[in-house]
Amino acid sequence: MRNLNIFMTGVGGQGIGMLSEILVRAVDYAGYKFKGVDTHGLSQRGGIVVSQLRIGDNIHSPLIEKGEADIVIALERHEALRAGQEMLKPDGTLIWYDTSWQPLPVRLGSEKEIATKTVIDKVICKKNIRVFRNDLPDTRMQNIAVLSAMISNSLIEGMDLQACEKAMKDLMPEKLLAMNLDVLKS
Amino acid sequence: MKNLGEMLLRHEKFSEIVIGNTAIVRAFIESGVRVVTSYPGSPTPEIGTAIASIPVEKRPFYFEFSTNEKVATEIAYGASINGHLSCVFFKSVGLNVAADTFVQLGHMKLTGGMVVVLGDDPGAHSSQNEQDNRHLAQLSYIPVLEPSSPAEIYTFFKKAAELSVKKQMPVILRLTTHTCHQKEKVAFDSWTPEQFDNTPRFNSKDENYVPITSKVFPMKRRALERLEDLALNDPFESLDILHDHKNSRGIITFGTTYLSLMDVLLETANRPDILKLAMIHPLPKNKIMDFLKTHDEVKILEELDPVMEKEIKSMAYDNKISCRIIGKLSQEDHVGEYTPDKVRDVLFRTWNDLVKPAQKSETSVPVPVRPPQMCPGCGHRSAFYAIKKALKEDAIKVGDIGCHTLGFLPPYNMVELLMSMGASTGIASGMSLFNDKRKVVCFLGDSTFFHAGAAGITNAVFNNHNITLILMENGTTAMTGHQEHPGTGHNFDEPTQKIPVKQMLEGMGVKQILEVDTYQQQKLIEAVKEAIATEGFSVVIAKHPCMLKFMRTKKKKSGFELKQVHVDQNKCDQLNECITSFACPTFSRDEKGVVTVNEDLCIGDGSCVQTCPVSAIEFDGGKK
Repeated sequence: MRNLNIFMTGVGGQGIGMLSEILVRAVDYAGYKFKGVDTHGLSQRGGIVVSQLRIGDNIHSPLIEKGEADIVIALERHEALRAGQEMLKPDGTLIWYDTSWQPLPVRLGSEKEIATKTVIDKVICKKNIRVFRNDLPDTRMQNIAVLSAMISNSLIEGMDLQACEKAMKDLMPEKLLAMNLDVLKS
Repeated sequence: MKNLGEMLLRHEKFSEIVIGNTAIVRAFIESGVRVVTSYPGSPTPEIGTAIASIPVEKRPFYFEFSTNEKVATEIAYGASINGHLSCVFFKSVGLNVAADTFVQLGHMKLTGGMVVVLGDDPGAHSSQNEQDNRHLAQLSYIPVLEPSSPAEIYTFFKKAAELSVKKQMPVILRLTTHTCHQKEKVAFDSWTPEQFDNTPRFNSKDENYVPITSKVFPMKRRALERLEDLALNDPFESLDILHDHKNSRGIITFGTTYLSLMDVLLETANRPDILKLAMIHPLPKNKIMDFLKTHDEVKILEELDPVMEKEIKSMAYDNKISCRIIGKLSQEDHVGEYTPDKVRDVLFRTWNDLVKPAQKSETSVPVPVRPPQMCPGCGHRSAFYAIKKALKEDAIKVGDIGCHTLGFLPPYNMVELLMSMGASTGIASGMSLFNDKRKVVCFLGDSTFFHAGAAGITNAVFNNHNITLILMENGTTAMTGHQEHPGTGHNFDEPTQKIPVKQMLEGMGVKQILEVDTYQQQKLIEAVKEAIATEGFSVVIAKHPCMLKFMRTKKKKSGFELKQVHVDQNKCDQLNECITSFACPTFSRDEKGVVTVNEDLCIGDGSCVQTCPVSAIEFDGGKK
């Protein structure tokens, strides 16, 4: 397989860290070589949290060059537009959860909130997958809802339900696992 | 669920996906490290998280978070001269705090060995500068190894420890943010637990540990000799990487810059030869001279300061080597992390036939910025909201390091300057001199109070400075991930004697101390007004537990039910006090100006309820 660059983004508190842990492990179970890196520290307090995962046999840095992501995963609308424009290849895939955590300038009234339509119309990409579910038991499972959509759209060859389930078993205590697997499989 | 602690103690070989900060803990264990100390600071605190996964009774080494980096260094030093292999780790600027002790280490005979792990932060991801600690290593005559990945962190640490034990000298392992947080699958060796000899081996009869006047010189000579020996007989040579394509161009590099370089050159046909060094101080002389002699042009590709460049240039000059050495080409080359984007730019400006220039990212639709925020329910928000009302517009507001630094953001604008850990009281005192026009107020967190804040406070009492300190007490070290501190009544492992901030202040002789829970905004306003009206030094303790930590604990308890607030649209006059002045991120506003509560975010703390002039914020189930 050629190198595949996955750029994940969201707001601190949305569960980007867990999503990236699951993906890394699922990719490993699928038999790929990879490198990853997460944001830790200050930004986790309501700022932008980013995680990068690069898959392939000839990978060195975990960091993706601007405009070189094959897949951008965003857990929030503003961040989908930001990363979709800055990081995504023109023939890449944007997959994003449509919720809005209004950034400071929007709340203060100095700038406008980004609309769903803007993300659909303005991001140049081959595939634009919007995820929204109203059956989630907890909003913190929006990350798993996105993962579920990634699997049904076969975004990463070999990274299937089985690989993700195995990865989640490594990372979650039983009760949490059961709830998250429900979301993953529905 | 996989058990990290169990994994780190495995006797047999294994492979696991880890970040650098986890990989290093296995290296501690395999190397026979006995004492590890630290003060939390990004990018290194997750080393503590990995250590915490091993129950204390099974942990093969002693660990503590000390009160600051200097104390942590002293404990590791003390353990080492008694014969125990020790390690201290902290962030880049932490070395400034530790420096007074740290700069002496190279002079000493460290009987048990000692590895200093530095988390430098090129890119200033979570620091107040990008300082390149190779300068301090040079100043202290201490060798430095720099790994580029978790696998290398693991291997390099073991090699560093080995040398440190053998030569009884300190060795630095310099990490950077993206080695600490990088993730990959690492193959770990087997481990056989050792029996350690606990006999205190400190020996002041045969060895000098008192560096005074003329006794300093033999110690300094030994430090220089150790470095000279390493430069001529590099014991880490096997860790170097050489890509030799017999090209006339060469590149010397190290650390994560090497990874960026390899990616940028992936599709380049005429690749320069690459020498990646493991030991970056002192430089392995012969190897570098050979590389220079066999190339027409050599680029020194190094992040931050031209430390290596200057040394290599002087080496070439002394040895009359004619190779063209290309270092930094512009001021920009000193700034920022050497990501693949940056390395592409630097290389393009060096050899424009080698790589394509960096792509210009075209953003057609601007997206509002998203700075970090105080969390929903944060006690600091209530405090800043109230204190702003108590202060005159022209008051000078000095901040310190910690979550409360975020008070610099609008709408609070309550931190106008920031320097370093514990600096606020001293700076504020200086600003109060010849100043009877503008009141000076400073802020300080509780962990920072114990770290380096107490000295400035003692001075304010001692010299009777006319300022008000507002101590933002949240009962934890919040910014770096909720580590305990001397005021919490718990250390890394167990309950311990609590040192209350208020009693400390009383003991230091502070006459006026007012203590208020920050959710009681009106009381806090009055307290601050009273304190600033008083001539001399006064303290307001603005306390409320860190709600992120508090809610995490609360949510785990059975029977927990989340209560949230909502905005009663019949009462709301869209005065926007909640969203534009109190500014909890929980409040959202649609195009028509209707303010609602984001259910993803509200923790039901209710600190916002009192801010609404028309009482439109209510708890769910409240009267409609």
